[in-house]
Amino acid sequence: MMLTMEGVHAHYGHIHALRGIDVQVQVGEIVTLIGANGAGKSTLMMSLFGNPRASAGRIVFDGEDITRLHTHEIAHRGIALVPEGRRIFPRMTVMENLQMGAGFAAPDNFDADIARVFAMFPILDERQGQRAGTLSGGEQQMLAIGRALMSRPKLLLLDEPSLGLAPIYIRRIFQIVRELNADHGMTILLVEQNANQALRVAHRGYVLQHGGITLAGTGAELLASPEVRAAYLEGGHG
Amino acid sequence: MSAVVFAHHRMSPAERVRDAAWVAFVALLLGIPLIGLTTVDAGGRLEVSTRFGMLALFVAIAFGGRIALRATVDHFKARKLARQQARGASEATAASTTRRVSTWLGWFALGASIGLPILFSDNRYVVDTATTVLIYVMLGWGLNVVVGLAGLLDLGYVAFYAVGAYSYAILATEHGWGFWQALPVSGAMAATFGILLGYPILRLRGDYLAIVTLGFGEIIRIILVNWTDFSGGPNGISSIPRPSFFGLEFTRRPAEGEQSFAAFFGLDYSPMQRLIFLYYLILVLALLTHVFVSRLRRLPVGRAWEALREDEIACRAMGMNTTNIKLSAFAIGAMLGGFAGVFFAARQGFISPESFVFTESAIVLAIVVLGGMGSQLGVVLAAALLVLIPEFGRNFAEYRMLLFGAAMVLIMVWKPGGLLSHREPTVRLGQREETPA
Repeated sequence: MMLTMEGVHAHYGHIHALRGIDVQVQVGEIVTLIGANGAGKSTLMMSLFGNPRASAGRIVFDGEDITRLHTHEIAHRGIALVPEGRRIFPRMTVMENLQMGAGFAAPDNFDADIARVFAMFPILDERQGQRAGTLSGGEQQMLAIGRALMSRPKLLLLDEPSLGLAPIYIRRIFQIVRELNADHGMTILLVEQNANQALRVAHRGYVLQHGGITLAGTGAELLASPEVRAAYLEGGHG
Repeated sequence: MSAVVFAHHRMSPAERVRDAAWVAFVALLLGIPLIGLTTVDAGGRLEVSTRFGMLALFVAIAFGGRIALRATVDHFKARKLARQQARGASEATAASTTRRVSTWLGWFALGASIGLPILFSDNRYVVDTATTVLIYVMLGWGLNVVVGLAGLLDLGYVAFYAVGAYSYAILATEHGWGFWQALPVSGAMAATFGILLGYPILRLRGDYLAIVTLGFGEIIRIILVNWTDFSGGPNGISSIPRPSFFGLEFTRRPAEGEQSFAAFFGLDYSPMQRLIFLYYLILVLALLTHVFVSRLRRLPVGRAWEALREDEIACRAMGMNTTNIKLSAFAIGAMLGGFAGVFFAARQGFISPESFVFTESAIVLAIVVLGGMGSQLGVVLAAALLVLIPEFGRNFAEYRMLLFGAAMVLIMVWKPGGLLSHREPTVRLGQREETPA
């Protein structure tokens, strides 16, 4: 088991955002979390990263309890986050952004890692001297993913990677998710509003509602489930 | 009435005429009651008379005016479009031109600053002013680390300047330390204060951070004013020893057993020797600061500062310890401010809390912002401007500060990103293997 969350609660001040979450991710899986706005998807992702820290429950990553660790310590354990809204460093160049991603990785790996990222995203190679803020939204998302990969994570967290992108880039992003998993064996936890696409690429999925898990199953099961269809697929999200 | 709008496409002449005709028609409708009909006083009675000639003139003016207006608007739009296209294409060349100009300007500034005291060796005023410029350059470079690189808005920077100055003053007057012994210790003191300030405000950003740092600056000043036993209160500390040139004093009659600089080199004594020595001293300190900061910028810690300025959450997601990054920025910025303070105390020979008021923080911050956040050369230009403008303004007496303010506003209107807002990447294409990853 790569990641286990047991009965995790989290608060933002007085707001009880997560109410007893149980989520498991196995090595080599794509797991997706779907749910409406404000259901707690991003909070779950962030509390996994210690910000806000879980107020109750346990988070175990790779056999180690990481519930009480600081965000940067969790990142050092081998979890990389592609944050919602990409959050690239806009005034820095593409190359510098990628270097920031490799911040704590062994310097000897740098050339190999950068070559791997450039092979996956040739556009980043072409634009490596350009200011990251001048890239298009889809290119910025690729940069954010490339930056996260530079630390050689064991688990990649993707928070709403398709948010605000043109349809052609949305397809490309989901294709990348599948490639990362199939060709590079990357374990991925994917938070998405685009439930249809997310469930199609995921091995398993969880449905989050009001800070709790209401449904769990394989991607295909959830896609076929009448509750999911009614709430997330036929409501115009597809 | 939909024809009378500013069309977004290019209009053909026929469309222009139709557009103008519409406007003329509206003018005619409005004009009939307003211009066409008028009342005249005919022997105590009001009579309506017509002025169709006048109305025709106004309608013609509306027609012609509309055509002229459209043509002008279209002309400017086309020019703007062309400029935008040209800019998109030449962004890369513009960047390399800026780089060349910056390099050239940098070397020119260095040459000028080395040559200045030789050219003006008997002009006390010029050397003194240049020394002041260099103090502000050094303060600007120090604050640039905190504000320009790490993006932490610090309005109380003068506190560290004061800590440096008072550390040297007290170490020198009460414990007999020399300038060179006191310099690192005072810098370390200032850095400690930087960390002390940094710890409680780690979570703050933007406006809140600015307010707390502002308060910190005031706290230090008020302590200096009120703690008379320690700092001499409002009277300050006087007869602070001057730095010596490898043990050679810059005095007419050196103390027993000491030798003066003039006597050692067989020169006639002149007070200018000390001033020029001080000038070169701050020049060396400033250059060391510059080398230090530009090296740091290329190291992981410097890049981390810039990443912190760009996006703190992303930094944490990258596994960076933002606590350490912020504290290191505060500590290093404070240390550089402390060095400048030591020099200031040694140069003046007298310090009092009046030298460390909020205005100083504001001027140093203005230097960083006007220079273009994060730009080293920009700081030099801005420091020179902000020190020299009030100097040139002396003839204008009480209008001096007005001039100063107007100049700042003009710079910001003309160059909103600062004098040199171009950011030099820490890695350039084709040089990847030279930088440590």
